[in-house]
Amino acid sequence: MSTPDIAEKPVVNREHSLFLLREMLRIRRFEEKAAEMYSLRKIHGFLHLYIGEEATGVGAMQAFTPDDSIVATYREHGHALARGIPSTVLMAEMYGKATGCSHGHGGSMHFFDVSRRFYGGYAIVGGGLPIAVGLALADMMQNRRAITGCYFGDGAVAEGEFHESLNLAALWKLPVLFLCENNLYAMGTALHRHQAQTDISRKADAYGLPSYAVDGMDILAVEDATKQAADFVRNGKGPYLLEFRTYRFRAHSMADPDLYRTKEEIESWKGRDPITVFEAKLRELGLLTDADLSRIESEVAVEIEEAVRFAEASPREPVEDLLKDVQGSATTLPRS
Amino acid sequence: MTRMTYREAVRAAMRKALKEDDRVFLMGEDVGRYGGAFAVSLGLLAEFGPERVRDAPLSESAFVGAGIGAALGGMRPIIEIMTINFSMLAMDQILNNAATLRHMSGGQLSVPMVVRVATGGGRQMAAQHSHSLEGWYAHIPGIKVLTPATAADAYGMLLAALREPDPVFLFEHATLYSVEGEIDETAESFDIAQAAIVRAGTDVSLITYGGTLGKTMQAAGRLAEAGIEAEVIDLRTLRPLDTPTIVHSVAKTHRALIIDEAWRTGSFSAEISAQIMENAFDDLDAPVARVCGAEVPMPYAKHLEEATLPQAEQIIAAAQEIVPRHG
Repeated sequence: MSTPDIAEKPVVNREHSLFLLREMLRIRRFEEKAAEMYSLRKIHGFLHLYIGEEATGVGAMQAFTPDDSIVATYREHGHALARGIPSTVLMAEMYGKATGCSHGHGGSMHFFDVSRRFYGGYAIVGGGLPIAVGLALADMMQNRRAITGCYFGDGAVAEGEFHESLNLAALWKLPVLFLCENNLYAMGTALHRHQAQTDISRKADAYGLPSYAVDGMDILAVEDATKQAADFVRNGKGPYLLEFRTYRFRAHSMADPDLYRTKEEIESWKGRDPITVFEAKLRELGLLTDADLSRIESEVAVEIEEAVRFAEASPREPVEDLLKDVQGSATTLPRS
Repeated sequence: MTRMTYREAVRAAMRKALKEDDRVFLMGEDVGRYGGAFAVSLGLLAEFGPERVRDAPLSESAFVGAGIGAALGGMRPIIEIMTINFSMLAMDQILNNAATLRHMSGGQLSVPMVVRVATGGGRQMAAQHSHSLEGWYAHIPGIKVLTPATAADAYGMLLAALREPDPVFLFEHATLYSVEGEIDETAESFDIAQAAIVRAGTDVSLITYGGTLGKTMQAAGRLAEAGIEAEVIDLRTLRPLDTPTIVHSVAKTHRALIIDEAWRTGSFSAEISAQIMENAFDDLDAPVARVCGAEVPMPYAKHLEEATLPQAEQIIAAAQEIVPRHG
């Protein structure tokens, strides 16, 4: 199948650009705070930071409407924030509090917000893809024009569920947009050590769906490509695979000593930091001043402080409610 | 009341659901043009079309996961998994997602999905099509496990399952598809919570479900001829288990024999035994006994398969061992 052309030169608008920058900074500062709170033993379990990959989460999310559905991974703080889930309830979730977006049942890896059609962080690599296919099937069968955006990493393409899902979505022309955030490592195993074909976008060829690889460190390129791919999917032409080539600056998780990458490699990618690169670009275009940046930074700082304050002050889920949500009662049944 | 086979009963229930609720659809391997590996869905494609009777690729994980996603998106999928051994390929979606999403999301998500699975041995299908793994499923919080042993239950339990807010697994023993029974197609509701006393007795409680109910009833008939009145309990639902019915029966008979085609070690029969020990210890006049499948991968040859599965003779012998001789 021929790959629809994706335009390379998106238009740059000041107000929207500052919004994108702010969104990336919200994620960066939120996660820096989360790491700090992890070190202070306020947050436990696994904490997988997204730092370095903000452009893919924020840029791609701009293509989705509130009626669309989002499926993400265990590295989903960025997606959840970009989808509009308040930082307060996300921080509270990591604190294990009752006010958390999953009532403290999920933690960092399992953010959910059904009101925003954010169908979760999935921590079995590849496990979210069939769910996304099913959400898209439901939209198609109910004649909704909504689409499903499904984020996953390069590690997932080694899983059978990736291949089964691409095939099923393409076979039934389902409105699902597959968003591969290729950060070059499946935990600690480099792409070339886990894939015989390292050009992930080409894997779509086998299933007859179009694909496109994008510089995942360039937020405007990510946004523009995703909007074009989303239009394709929304117009009933079937699924699409986008590959964002990106990099995580931090270790796989807080438990990872990061022994499998060189400092030089990490430093060279940091030179392509999606936030500082975007800031420089906006300054060059005369769209960003020092005053703009310090205003955004201070507003973000206030938000993150409030998120921590909220999480600290929130009550814990009562132990008496431990078994409450294992099974639903018939009254919770969604009616047609 | 209408007389029909178990197979026809499942089909009649699916047809009724497809007619009455446009959110319901059937998805699985060869459910459409082929008519189902066991001919359960024969004719449904012609009646409801390919949108609602969906032939899926051989991708158990994808189509079970897609069922979960479709349920989240407002549909009421019925998923057919051809054979219980194939369901292993979908275990990630079943355990990590279907059973887990409601609780892990703090009660936000509901997965009203029905999964029909053919189970059990007795058809010389050997070691990759014949096991009884429903007890594994009964280990999992967040799902319900139904094991209809009669045509009436095959019909009613499927319709009841479609009214549940969470995933429901129906394990259909493949030797039952041609067995006939009476179906009440006018019933408004159908109980899935209670075990059934299918034969009343006073000397021993024979506790079973699904494909071994028939052999257990045969054994009970022959035990009666020998002067032992056995009570036969069809568990019907493994999760949640109707422990009170078991306990009341044991309080009356003081002896319990569990018959299960599945392997003995770490099994659902062990769970039933533990429930009796925990809840009816003082009522017991003999240790709880079990007749289970032999601990081997299911062999192909008929005589070996028969030796692997519980048979009426073993049930009779085991019952006689724990019931004292009369007179």
